[in-house]
Amino acid sequence: MIEIPTFAPLDDAQKNHLSGLLSTVSAEQVAWISGFLAGAQNGALGSAATLTAAATAPRKITILYGTESGNCEELADQLAKTAKKKGFKPSLLNMSDAKVADLKKAEVLLTVVSTWGDGEPPEAAEAFYAELMASTESLAGVDFAVCALGDTSYELFCETGKQVDAQLEKLGAKRIVDRADCDVDYEETFNKWADSVWAKLGESAASTAAVVGGGGASAASSVVFDKKNPFPAEILDNQLLSGDNSAKETIHLEFSLEGSGMSYEPGDVLCVVPHNAKDVVDALLAASGLSASDEVEIKGAGKKSLVDALTLDLDITSLSRKIMTAWQVISGSADLEKLLGADVKAEFKEWIDGRQIIDMIQSFPAKDLTASQLVSIFRKLPPRLYSIASSPKAHPDEVHLTVAAVRYDTHDKSRKGVASTFLADDAPKGSKVSVYIHPNKNFRLPADGNTPLIMVGPGTGIAPFRAFVEERAETEAKGESWLFFGDQCYNEDFLYQLEWQEHLKNGDLTRLDVAFSRDQPEKCYVQHKLLENAAEIWQWLEKGAHFYVCGDASRMAKDVNDALIEVISSQGGKSTEEAAEYLAALKKDKRYQRDVY
Amino acid sequence: MSEEKKLSANEPLKINSNYLRGTLAEEIADTSNGSICADSQQLSKFHGMYLQDDRDVRAGRRKKKLDKAYSFLIRVRLPGGVSTPEQWLAMDRISDEYANGTLKITTRQTWQLHGVIKNNLKSSIQEMNKVCMDTIAACGDVNRNVNCNVNPDLSHVHAEAHDLSRRISEHLLPSTRAYHEIFLDEEKVETSEEFIEPLYGKTYLPRKFKIAVAVPPSNDVDVYANCLSFIAILEGEKIVGYNVSVGGGMGMTHGNETTFPRLADVIGFCTPEQAVDVAEKVMLVQRDFGERGDRKWARLKYTVERMTADGFLAKLNEYLGYELEPVREFEFTSNGDRFGWVKDDKGNNHLSLFIPGGRVLDTPAFPTKTGLREIAKVHEGDFRMTATQNLVISNISDAKLPEIKALLEKYNLLNSHEQSGLRLNSIACVALPTCGLALAESERYLPTVITDLEESIEESGLRHDAITIRMTGCPNGCGRPFIAEIGFVGRSPGKYNVYLGGGFHGQRLNKLYRESVAGEDIKALLSPIIKDYAKSRTEGERFGDFVIRAGYVKATTAGNNFHANIS
Repeated sequence: MIEIPTFAPLDDAQKNHLSGLLSTVSAEQVAWISGFLAGAQNGALGSAATLTAAATAPRKITILYGTESGNCEELADQLAKTAKKKGFKPSLLNMSDAKVADLKKAEVLLTVVSTWGDGEPPEAAEAFYAELMASTESLAGVDFAVCALGDTSYELFCETGKQVDAQLEKLGAKRIVDRADCDVDYEETFNKWADSVWAKLGESAASTAAVVGGGGASAASSVVFDKKNPFPAEILDNQLLSGDNSAKETIHLEFSLEGSGMSYEPGDVLCVVPHNAKDVVDALLAASGLSASDEVEIKGAGKKSLVDALTLDLDITSLSRKIMTAWQVISGSADLEKLLGADVKAEFKEWIDGRQIIDMIQSFPAKDLTASQLVSIFRKLPPRLYSIASSPKAHPDEVHLTVAAVRYDTHDKSRKGVASTFLADDAPKGSKVSVYIHPNKNFRLPADGNTPLIMVGPGTGIAPFRAFVEERAETEAKGESWLFFGDQCYNEDFLYQLEWQEHLKNGDLTRLDVAFSRDQPEKCYVQHKLLENAAEIWQWLEKGAHFYVCGDASRMAKDVNDALIEVISSQGGKSTEEAAEYLAALKKDKRYQRDVY
Repeated sequence: MSEEKKLSANEPLKINSNYLRGTLAEEIADTSNGSICADSQQLSKFHGMYLQDDRDVRAGRRKKKLDKAYSFLIRVRLPGGVSTPEQWLAMDRISDEYANGTLKITTRQTWQLHGVIKNNLKSSIQEMNKVCMDTIAACGDVNRNVNCNVNPDLSHVHAEAHDLSRRISEHLLPSTRAYHEIFLDEEKVETSEEFIEPLYGKTYLPRKFKIAVAVPPSNDVDVYANCLSFIAILEGEKIVGYNVSVGGGMGMTHGNETTFPRLADVIGFCTPEQAVDVAEKVMLVQRDFGERGDRKWARLKYTVERMTADGFLAKLNEYLGYELEPVREFEFTSNGDRFGWVKDDKGNNHLSLFIPGGRVLDTPAFPTKTGLREIAKVHEGDFRMTATQNLVISNISDAKLPEIKALLEKYNLLNSHEQSGLRLNSIACVALPTCGLALAESERYLPTVITDLEESIEESGLRHDAITIRMTGCPNGCGRPFIAEIGFVGRSPGKYNVYLGGGFHGQRLNKLYRESVAGEDIKALLSPIIKDYAKSRTEGERFGDFVIRAGYVKATTAGNNFHANIS
């Protein structure tokens, strides 16, 4: 039975009816019902009839998505539901399973894809992306639209979406709606894009935007704590893991999920809604010369004081060309205008590197700045995603994180990561922090508990493997497991050392190899340990082991990938190309999974 | 060994260790934890290392889900404390790369490294091996590093004494290849013949065994604190033989009066040719007659106490097959170092440097470690570590002198010994934070105590008077506290037993003066005595003699009355 919240404006009998009905229907049926009800609410009494009519002339829509964190998958799901409601015949296609040939069959191709790191496609979409970009296959006759997700604080914003958009056109497909480039607060841009797609594809009876983007239209969603409605989780523990002499500050956090109804699996991600730190907000207020109590209106959050808006709602640190352009208009700064010029790209890049919004405001001050002008340049404060470090079976009603507090100096100022230092400094035991779960289907334990696991998780990359090993211990899985961990110093940074010792003793973990980079003159990293154990790694792979990597994307994941290719090639007697193919096949079989950031 | 007695736990451990191998290799390869099991800890000592942990950070590590901050102490076997510049440079580098960046000069005239994590044990030892050094038998129930007087002024006498210390060290070295297999990756040689440890057998010695070679009038090696010593007897400038002393040792247990420090008995004289044989046979008597049931009474000093010096000599003569000659006359005048420059009979120069606490490190005012590294790069002589934790830069030719002097100047080393006589005659063991036995601070705290006492020293005009002052964190006696004129032995955190009345050249044990004195009360306790000494001493009277004459403590005349007559 689905529980209807006590605050619902229904009597007990109505609640029972509704709960009974909801317990029997499929997800698609729920989508239809919610659309139907939304339509009915809008006074569209003939909605059912119209829907039926639309269904008589379905057009095939292929919804192609490439996802890393799961956001694009969620949006693709939303598109599919809406399409169905509108009487189209949608099919979902994950880039991880897609081939360019599949696109030719589509009549309408809607693509949602994100960009990671330095303009790269999502991990699982890499093979498809490479094939598409190299393809000369004609896609004439296909109508398409692309929605790109990205993060404006990166230089190559929405690069994958841009490339896909251009390539589809090049291959002869017809763009029906201009590409949308969404920042981390993607909902609004996405909804606008979706509306224009549906408008282009022809009207149907049910109102859409409210259902798709507005959220909360279905009875079920009002009890679900999610992105729209994060759960205020009590902090049960906030414990520094780093040794007294560590150069790092890595913390272990335990959140209570009691009463939230939220559930998760090992491999999933917890999204944390951070606040900006008081000193950062104060510095920005001082630099802007505005009063903390000035009233501002924030889209979706209503009217509030400037200090509250800066603390709770807005990303007041990440600098981008977009923000600097907006600031140039406000400040009228000629110097800034010069810096933004098309002919000084290199200078611009050098200037923005390591700088934050406050540096811009201080370097290019604006006269007579108003509070609403200031808030207009910011994007929404994005939630931060952390790989979950606990198994719910080992810790019922709890979720744990392993977080490295990011603090560093640039341009003679000390800086800090918004969410990591929020958790380190402003989330003491007993306080509450807004969170929601984000499933990550691309990072899952094998269904069979007998399958061997190789896990590579240096630094905070250890987090999901703590969850994996706990899960395997709780389910008494018999499969062997081998963990590679690395960090700076053995005695300072051996995250969860006592727990690993216990797991090894109990047989929950079969092997543990460690690489500490600063304990000896030559740097030693996890990839070196992989190479040292090449013969056995190969044996494990050949007996069906799943290989997982979590942690730093910029260097580690690549180095581990290279090491793995070397292991496969040297031990399997393969050329580098063959080894890469072997690895690609592992990826395809979901035996090589990565959660890198 | 016919009597059936219950053996201490270490005895079967040694027997079953396959000549000191045990499971050490496997445990060192396991990187999931930084420690080794209790049995392996015992075995690792024979290979020159102790498992320790950083006690400063113990609290809170469990909450951080971290195991104790384990690391190892490693001691080098360096007979007589003599090293080449190349070896000095290697140790300097190893200490930076694998240890805590400092070198500790120990009271057994060798380097000790601290903070070597398990994963770096093999690398450290392999690096030492490259410059012909090892750590075999630097700890454990075997003959330890052999001490030898640094004797800078008589070069050929030093050379001969040092040669004896080296020959004894080599001769008494265990033969097992365990060390080479575990740490140097030596292939195991399969043979059908059963390996036999020729001198030690499967059970090695009942307890540690310490040997020193002294050249009077300097007793810088504290012969009376050693199990066995050879005191060179010179005719003219030639060593004609050695007096042999046996049965010295420091360690005791608080609250257990059956344990006590004991000074060695001088029992006879041997020729230079007999010395190595005498060393072997003394050790074998101890091997066969030492206590193996309780490690508290297992040192040679208790064997000699039990057998009496005469009884021991009789047994030794039996083992030797000849008799030691009667003791020859000799005289010691000091057990400290002679700081500053000395020119030897060959015209080479030697500089004795004061190294506070024996800790070679860089501070902003005294970049000693860097300075010594730079000197080692150009030095053509040798380095000699003293048994009082100091350092001699030896055999500097006149031609090389200006260059070395310039470096000494540059790194502020030249005037290292411009200190009070009290400070120059101080010894402190390591104690906290690494030593697992420490009950209180020592190396980190003695300088503060000395500074406190220096007020009354200066006021009383005693700045240039040598007084031996030694502190240890526990009563095991690494810093030889029981023969100091002023001795402090850790009792509990911040508290020390205060001993007075030791003999200035190591000839008399001291006596407990006050028990469990808080560190901050030491100044108030001792300042009046220091002032009294300055006022009332007779010509040339040593502080240790004065406190007995003045009645502060009774004299300890032998180890077995160390605990008696305490006021």
